[in-house]
Amino acid sequence: MNPNIKRLIFFAAVIVVWELGSRLELWLPTILPSPTMVGEALMAGFLDKTLIYDLIASFQRLAIGLVISLILGALLGILLAKSKSADETIGTVILALQSVPSIVWLPLAIMWFGLNEVSVIFVVVLGGTFVMTLNVRMGIKNVSPLYIRAAQTMGSKGIDLFTRVIFPASIPYVVTGARLAWAFAWRALMAGELLSTGPGLGYTLRYASDFGNMSLVIGVIVIIGIIGSIVDQLIFSKIEKSVMQRWGLET
Amino acid sequence: MFIEINNIQKQFLNKDQSPVDVLKDINTTIEKGEFISILGPSGCGKSTLLNIVAGLTKATSGDILVNNKKIEKPGKDRGMVFQQAALFPWLNVMDNVTFPLKKEVPKREAEERAKKYLQMVQLGKYVSHYPHELSGGMQQRVAIARALAMDPEILLMDEPFGALDEQTRSRLHTQLETIWTETKKTILFVTHSISESIKLSDRIIVMGTKPGTILQDIKVDIPRPREEHKKKIIELEEHIMSYLKTEIDKVVSEELAI
Ligand SMILES: Nc1ncnc2c1ncn2[C@@H]1O[C@H](COP(=O)(O)OP(=O)(O)OP(=O)(O)O)[C@@H](O)[C@H]1O
Ligand SMILES: [Mg+2]
Repeated sequence: MNPNIKRLIFFAAVIVVWELGSRLELWLPTILPSPTMVGEALMAGFLDKTLIYDLIASFQRLAIGLVISLILGALLGILLAKSKSADETIGTVILALQSVPSIVWLPLAIMWFGLNEVSVIFVVVLGGTFVMTLNVRMGIKNVSPLYIRAAQTMGSKGIDLFTRVIFPASIPYVVTGARLAWAFAWRALMAGELLSTGPGLGYTLRYASDFGNMSLVIGVIVIIGIIGSIVDQLIFSKIEKSVMQRWGLET
Repeated sequence: MFIEINNIQKQFLNKDQSPVDVLKDINTTIEKGEFISILGPSGCGKSTLLNIVAGLTKATSGDILVNNKKIEKPGKDRGMVFQQAALFPWLNVMDNVTFPLKKEVPKREAEERAKKYLQMVQLGKYVSHYPHELSGGMQQRVAIARALAMDPEILLMDEPFGALDEQTRSRLHTQLETIWTETKKTILFVTHSISESIKLSDRIIVMGTKPGTILQDIKVDIPRPREEHKKKIIELEEHIMSYLKTEIDKVVSEELAI
C-alpha cells in the first residue's frame, strides 16, 4: 500500500479515537480537549488573525536568524577547513558549543540585548550556526582529490579552484548542514519565544497555557509540528535527494 | 627534442619515514606528435611518472623539459585524462568540457569548440546530460573531449580505458587513433595491457618495478591500421610478454614473501 495512504488512515484513526474518547468523557477537556474543540480554537485564532500575526512574526525571526546562521556557519566552516590552526583552536570550541542547547544562551542574551527580538534571534543564530559550520568543514575536507587534480591540470588554482570546484563539490554537505541548521533553529526559536514577548507561535502557546486555554495549546503544538515536518519533508528532503543524485552519491 | 625526461628519481616516504625508490634513472626523449605507451606491471610507478610530467607531483631529483622549458607546475599545454573520468558531477557535459576555457575564450567560441570535440568522441547529442546520466565509457569520452578542448600540445592518459569492457575499449581505441591522426597531439598513454600498447603506439616504453626503471624502449614498426597485421602483432606481444614475465614474477615473489 502507498505509504501516504497508510499515513492518512493512521491519522484518521487517531483523530477518531481521540474524538470518541473525549465524547465518552474518558478524560477531562481541561486535560485533553477534543479535536473539534482544538479545530474551533484554531479557527477562531485564524479568523481574528492573531495566529496569522504569530506565524508572520515567528517566520520573520526564523528567516533572519537562519540566514545569519547559514552565512556565518558557512564562513566559519570554510575557515576551519582551510586553516589548520583555526581548526585546532576555534574548531574545538565550536565542537563544545555545539553540544550546548542554544536556549541556555537566552538569559545571557536578555542581559545583553534586553527581552526583545534581538535576544530571540541571537538564540536562533546560535542554534543554527555550529551544525552548519561542522558540515561545511566536513564537506570541504572531503572533496575528492581527483576533482582537485583534474582542475589543476586545466589551469585552475587559488580562488578560482575554490569557487569553481571545491565549494560546488561540497554542496551535498552544505545542504545537509542547512537542513540540520533549520531544524535546530526552529527548535531554538520556539524555546526562545516561549520565554519572551509576542507576537509569535511560542509566545501564544505560553499565553494560552497561562489562561488555561487547552484547545489553543494543543492547536499551536499541532501547527508547530506540521510546519516542522512540511519544511523538512517537502523542502529539504527533496533538495537533498536531488543533490545527492546529481552529485552521484546515490542511485 | 620536444619532451626531455632527464634523470628522474622519485622517492616516497614509508610510514616509518624510510624512503622507498619508486622511480630511478628515468631518461628518455619524445618527439612532437609521437604516440608513446608506458607499459609496466602494477605499482611500477607509471602514474607517478605521468603525474610528474603533468606537474601534479614533484620529482625528488631530475627534471622534465617541454619545448626546452622546465616543468614546475600543471599547465594547459598538458591535458590529462585519468583512470576515472573525474568529470564534475554538478556540471552538465557542455559545462564540463568548457571548464578549462572559462575566462579565456568567449562563451560562444568555447561552446563551439566543445561541440567540435564532443562530436569527435561521438557525443554531440549529449551536451545537456549530467555525468550521472552517462555510462562509464561515455564519461571517459567526455573527459577526453575536455582535455582536447583546451588544445594542449601533450595529452597525458593514465589507463583511461582500464575500467571499461573489452568492446567499448576497442571502439575507443579506434576513436583515439582517429583523434590522434586528426589533431597531431603528442600522447603519453599509460597502460598495463600489452595488446593495447601495441595497437596504439609508435613506441612502447616498458617499465620494470622496484624500483621503477625503463627496461626497454621498443619501436612499433607495424603499419596502421594495425588490425591487418595480426602476425606481427602477436610476435611483438610475445616478445614483450617474456620481458614482463620476469618482472611480474619478481613482484609476486616479493608479495608472497610478505
Ligand atoms: N603518495 C604516495 N605515498 C607513498 N607511496 C606512494 C604514493 N603514491 C604512490 N606510491 C607508491 O609508489 C609506487 C608506484 O605507484 P604508481 O601509482 O605510480 O604505480 P602504477 O604503476 O601507476 O600502478 P597501477 O598500474 O596499479 O596504477 C607504488 O608502490 C605505490 O605504493
Ligand atoms: Mg596507476
